[in-house]
Amino acid sequence: MAAQNLQSVPAELSRGESQEQSQEAAQREADGQANFDRVMAEDSRIEPRDWMPDAYRKTLLRQISQHAHSEIIGMQPEANWISRAPSLKRKAILMAKVQDEAGHGLYLYSAAETLGQNRDKMTADLIAGKARYSSIFNYPALTWADMGAIGWLVDGAAICNQVPLCRASYGPYGRAMVRICKEESFHQRQGFEILLELSHGTPEQKQMAQDAVNRWYAPALMMFGPPDDDSPNSRQSMAWNIKRFSNDELRSRFVGMMVEQVRVLGLTLPDSEIRFNEETRKWEHGPLDWNEFKEVLAGRGPCNAQRLERRREAHDDGAWVREAAAAYAAKRQAKQSMTTKEYAA
Amino acid sequence: MSPHGNPEVPASSATEINREAPKASPVVEPADIKSSPVVGPGETRVSTSSNTPGNAWGLWEVFVRSSRGLSHVHAGSLHAPDAAMALRNARDLYTRRNEGVSIWVVPADAIAASDPDSKGSFFESPQGKDYRHATYYTKSEGVKHL
Amino acid sequence: MSSPETKATETKATETSAEAATGHGDISTGVPNAAPTGSGDSNASATRITPGNALRPEDIALEVRTGLVKPSGDVAEYALRLGDDALILAQRLGHWISRAPELEEDVALGNIALDQLGHARSFLTYAGGALANEDGTAKSEDDLAYFRREHEFRSAHLFEQPNGDFAVTIARQFVVSYYQFELYRRLTESSDETLAAIAAKAVKEVDYHRDHSAQWILRLAGGTDESRKRIIHGLKLVWPYVGELFEDDALVTRLAEAGAAVVPSSIREDFDRLIGEVLKEAGLEVPDVPSAPGGGRSGKHSEHLGYILAEMQVLAREYPGASW
Repeated sequence: MAAQNLQSVPAELSRGESQEQSQEAAQREADGQANFDRVMAEDSRIEPRDWMPDAYRKTLLRQISQHAHSEIIGMQPEANWISRAPSLKRKAILMAKVQDEAGHGLYLYSAAETLGQNRDKMTADLIAGKARYSSIFNYPALTWADMGAIGWLVDGAAICNQVPLCRASYGPYGRAMVRICKEESFHQRQGFEILLELSHGTPEQKQMAQDAVNRWYAPALMMFGPPDDDSPNSRQSMAWNIKRFSNDELRSRFVGMMVEQVRVLGLTLPDSEIRFNEETRKWEHGPLDWNEFKEVLAGRGPCNAQRLERRREAHDDGAWVREAAAAYAAKRQAKQSMTTKEYAA
Repeated sequence: MSPHGNPEVPASSATEINREAPKASPVVEPADIKSSPVVGPGETRVSTSSNTPGNAWGLWEVFVRSSRGLSHVHAGSLHAPDAAMALRNARDLYTRRNEGVSIWVVPADAIAASDPDSKGSFFESPQGKDYRHATYYTKSEGVKHL
Repeated sequence: MSSPETKATETKATETSAEAATGHGDISTGVPNAAPTGSGDSNASATRITPGNALRPEDIALEVRTGLVKPSGDVAEYALRLGDDALILAQRLGHWISRAPELEEDVALGNIALDQLGHARSFLTYAGGALANEDGTAKSEDDLAYFRREHEFRSAHLFEQPNGDFAVTIARQFVVSYYQFELYRRLTESSDETLAAIAAKAVKEVDYHRDHSAQWILRLAGGTDESRKRIIHGLKLVWPYVGELFEDDALVTRLAEAGAAVVPSSIREDFDRLIGEVLKEAGLEVPDVPSAPGGGRSGKHSEHLGYILAEMQVLAREYPGASW
């Protein structure tokens, strides 16, 4: 059992017992820190088996696993519409998109596993309500237009966040993000096209589209996280080259893109205070309800309980299948080694 | 029954990976892990998914050949109960968009990796040996077909 | 992967780069000083994506619209049967996405559902070429999927059976994919070129579905006591609906004489043999249960279809004539 060959090793586990060993460990730690600092200064990449500060490992593990959970929980609001998609083409697109999200969760869990945490533990934390995921998925997908708004606004915001993460200082995370960003390029476009089609459809369809944009706009802006002066971890993450831009910077950039695109849609953003600040050369938006954000984050959103229950149910219902496949593999292996022994004898 | 290659034998050349990584011990019995957590310099082992109760689906590394004539390149990893399912999962997960014409899967614990702490001793030697490269030989520059 | 490597591939293939598609910036990893430029492997990227080149439902729609192909009434009816089977199954399988036993299986079942949906769209689009709307235009895949009533569907009962647990889904998929493989394999030689072309695309995909379901049959049968009990039960649940798949009627006989269709009864032997091999390897028996009478081909369906259609059609019917 040496999967750990490719994994990074938490420092506390490598601490030896004897004094000699601990001296050796201290030296290793000092060398490791020097290497880590150099990598950061050169804007190079840390790989799993490099020495890294515990806080860096913990931050990464938290961020990557939350990101993975978000992909997995994020499947639900959209899976909710697969069976009712109003055309077969849309059904195929939606299926492929939700399927992609499972894949993205998988890539990210794999990246997190290189930090020494196994997927089962992360899943257990998620369904026990101990782990966080993006709050946006605790809002309900009420109409078909929500498939458009989620693709356009939610995936749009996610891509804004994720593109800089392709250059995150932790190699496996960056590589996972490259793959994810490539695949996601169609997600936002399909959402945009759903809204475009609706806004050029009947008045009722257009109303449906506007309503969805109205509901998803503010939660999408809040996906970038709290304002910079209320985001204590941001500075450290930026120093570690995990985060490349601040929450507010990314949010402002995103608003600028949406302002352009909403015009093409023939819809409006539910925010009368959007303006381009000539002085700062940045887009500004109206106030966001951060109390609501905190409430949803604390578990008091419209769908928190439902989302977790659904994940738990799938995981529990699948237990016997996972066990069966494992048991089958073990039996096969035992049989094989028996045969080998017989030959040897 | 296996239209996509022999499911039991992912790829014969997967062993090359082992050959190129001389530093690590390729086979470690589970017992060894308990008795000696530190296997070698920087080769500390932690408990992983493959020996945690409740999840016997081990971790597999996936290598994809994007088109004929090119090498297999590491694409990512996944969980699977055995090699046959790992190949299929890899096909479903890592080649949904035509990314490949061939796949290798390797149990993550079968890969031996070089030790990052011995970067110096492992990778210093080639530095400065310019004479291994054609560009070192400047006098022959401009001579045709050389 | 390094940044120059990514760019080299991007210019080479007709690839969707997030940069080009969304203007969000460079998604290459941007590792400085780590560019193996000029190496023979510089484009061995494992993330190079292409749409590939295969028959799509849109291609058939174009041919139908421009009058390039037009099925006879018989062929259209036959295509409806094949299309409805695949459509109803895709609708069933789609439910698993986000509910599968493991994430890897979410993706696997998603792929099978998407394959089936693709086949359904092709067959229905083609069938529509012989069926006119009130304004004289050919019926589209969506006209057929969303605006036919229950008795107008032609799916066999097996495809309508509920997902049940994972074992039931696998049992159903096992029967379906071995049946569809034998069917499509022969249909590639159909005198009807469009049917043959759709079958040629579908048979390769269904071949993989066979493999997927057989792998799981083996694992569930040879895994734990519980999984063995469940797969035996699953097979028992779906087996009454196997017979209907191989029933001949006047339509298929007529079409088969013209070389356009496959007589269902003619593939039973191969089906039984191949299914038998897998079951034998799994240590399972062919379930000894009475057959149900079926009737799907003439519009007599299971109780399940009404619910399936109610859910599938609700939005489209709420906005008749709308475009999505």
